[in-house]
Amino acid sequence: MADAGPGDGGQGPVINAVSCSTPDPRPPTPDMRIYLDNSATTAMLPEVIEAMLPCFDETYGNAQSVHGFGQRAKSLVERARREVATLVNATPGEIVFVAGGTEADNLAIRGIAAAHSEGGRHLITTKIEHPAVLATCQALEQAGAHVTYLPVQRNGIVSLEDVGAAITDDTALISVMHANNETGAVQPIEEIAALVRERRERGQKYLRLHTDAVQSVGKIPVDVKRLGVDLLSLSGHKLHGPKGVGALFIKKGVRLAKQMTGGHHERDRRAGTENVPGIVGLGRAAELARLHLGERAERIGQLRDYFEQQVRARLANVCVNGEPKRRVPHISNLSFADVDGESLLIALDLQGIAVSTGSACASGSLEPSHVLTAMQLTREQVRGSLRISLSALTTRQEIDCALAAIEETVARLRQMRPTDEEISPAEVV
Amino acid sequence: MYTPQVAEHIANPRNVGELDNPSGTGDVTNQVCMDRIRLTVRIEGDCLSEARVKASGCPPTIAAASVLTELIIGRALAELEALTKQAVTEALGRLPAAKQHCASLAIEALRAALNDARR
Repeated sequence: MADAGPGDGGQGPVINAVSCSTPDPRPPTPDMRIYLDNSATTAMLPEVIEAMLPCFDETYGNAQSVHGFGQRAKSLVERARREVATLVNATPGEIVFVAGGTEADNLAIRGIAAAHSEGGRHLITTKIEHPAVLATCQALEQAGAHVTYLPVQRNGIVSLEDVGAAITDDTALISVMHANNETGAVQPIEEIAALVRERRERGQKYLRLHTDAVQSVGKIPVDVKRLGVDLLSLSGHKLHGPKGVGALFIKKGVRLAKQMTGGHHERDRRAGTENVPGIVGLGRAAELARLHLGERAERIGQLRDYFEQQVRARLANVCVNGEPKRRVPHISNLSFADVDGESLLIALDLQGIAVSTGSACASGSLEPSHVLTAMQLTREQVRGSLRISLSALTTRQEIDCALAAIEETVARLRQMRPTDEEISPAEVV
Repeated sequence: MYTPQVAEHIANPRNVGELDNPSGTGDVTNQVCMDRIRLTVRIEGDCLSEARVKASGCPPTIAAASVLTELIIGRALAELEALTKQAVTEALGRLPAAKQHCASLAIEALRAALNDARR
């Protein structure tokens, strides 16, 4: 498959074999499966699976055990730790393995809030954070903390002025995500870090900056030193690694209160027998991400831009949500006028294409996207939203099939819609 | 999440469109979610001979609108008076609790169209 991701391979989703030398705009057949929801999760690469397998029945020791079985497992864990550290330009001692992005966010926020009551009980975050951050902040509010939830501009990016204005002498932690999972918009973390440094120089020693980088690690360069953060969350299953594992970068010298108690694992920062297969998978995925970062980003970004350009050429009344020039390369969030996003999603699913929407009811929740709502999209724009998210495995052919399906389905849904002129009279139920 | 019946009606909605010179029109909107169904029917004698429907909203609304037309075309008016939202739901297999209103909306569209025809 000429358009498949380079080197790191992967067979991609099941798809009828067709030459990729020319774009093939046939509509997909029922046995075609096109996965365009990589912001939700990604397929594990074959190399990752291969690296994990021996951990199940060969190197199965407990990494804390003193004997050879344990030490061999431990050595695999430490090798994975070095890979994750290298990916984000940290030292291995600054990487704590946890059970995923959600736990990393919980550990960062609860850990800092509990450790630094002398730094105050004020937290700053944004309205567009992942629920792992928002719900954790809300829980701390219940326990007496004061939280500022910063708004975002129409382009989905938080304003630096708003951040600066929100910082008080009581602020212990600022948590702003690196790239938003719905729009892909990249937040001004380096600039926020500069504000934090300024405050620290003026005496606010325990003000910390955390970023949830779950959607940016492995997609764009993420360097903890350049970003200037004290804490950073990442998740294995977003970068072709396994689910159930992630990591929290904790800058040397940053003290936080342990959340998982029951052992001295992870330099006494997170108790629990190491998930060796998961950690090994994360390490291998991190290594592959680092080796292929640039080429992946360029190819995926081009495919995403091609997709958007084509959608807008073929369909009227479509807009892109989120700052187009400040995004991670794999996410495209669009609003289609006069279309119900959930209906579009289900119709595409029936054609073998997996996407996501910000419309309510599609995620099992009854609330529409809090991110798009915070960006002041209208109710209709939120309802008509579609998110596609690509990966290193996405091919040009898959994008062309998705385009054909989206074009046909949007046209059909729009045609089926009663027009405004036909209201004569519309009864209210 | 949705039954094969719902899926089928979303993939291939039946009787989409608008009748010319209909005997009755029922156009109803759920004010909570803004789902809308517009039904036009032709009545000949005491039989509903033709129907077309337009709909916008979440998948079960589209499916309910489509399956409604199958349930009513060729039926006697007396039978239609007795048609319930349960009949619509059963024709779709089942609907999640949060989507029961879609079946209700379809029946409201039918009632509105029949009322309009009586005028």
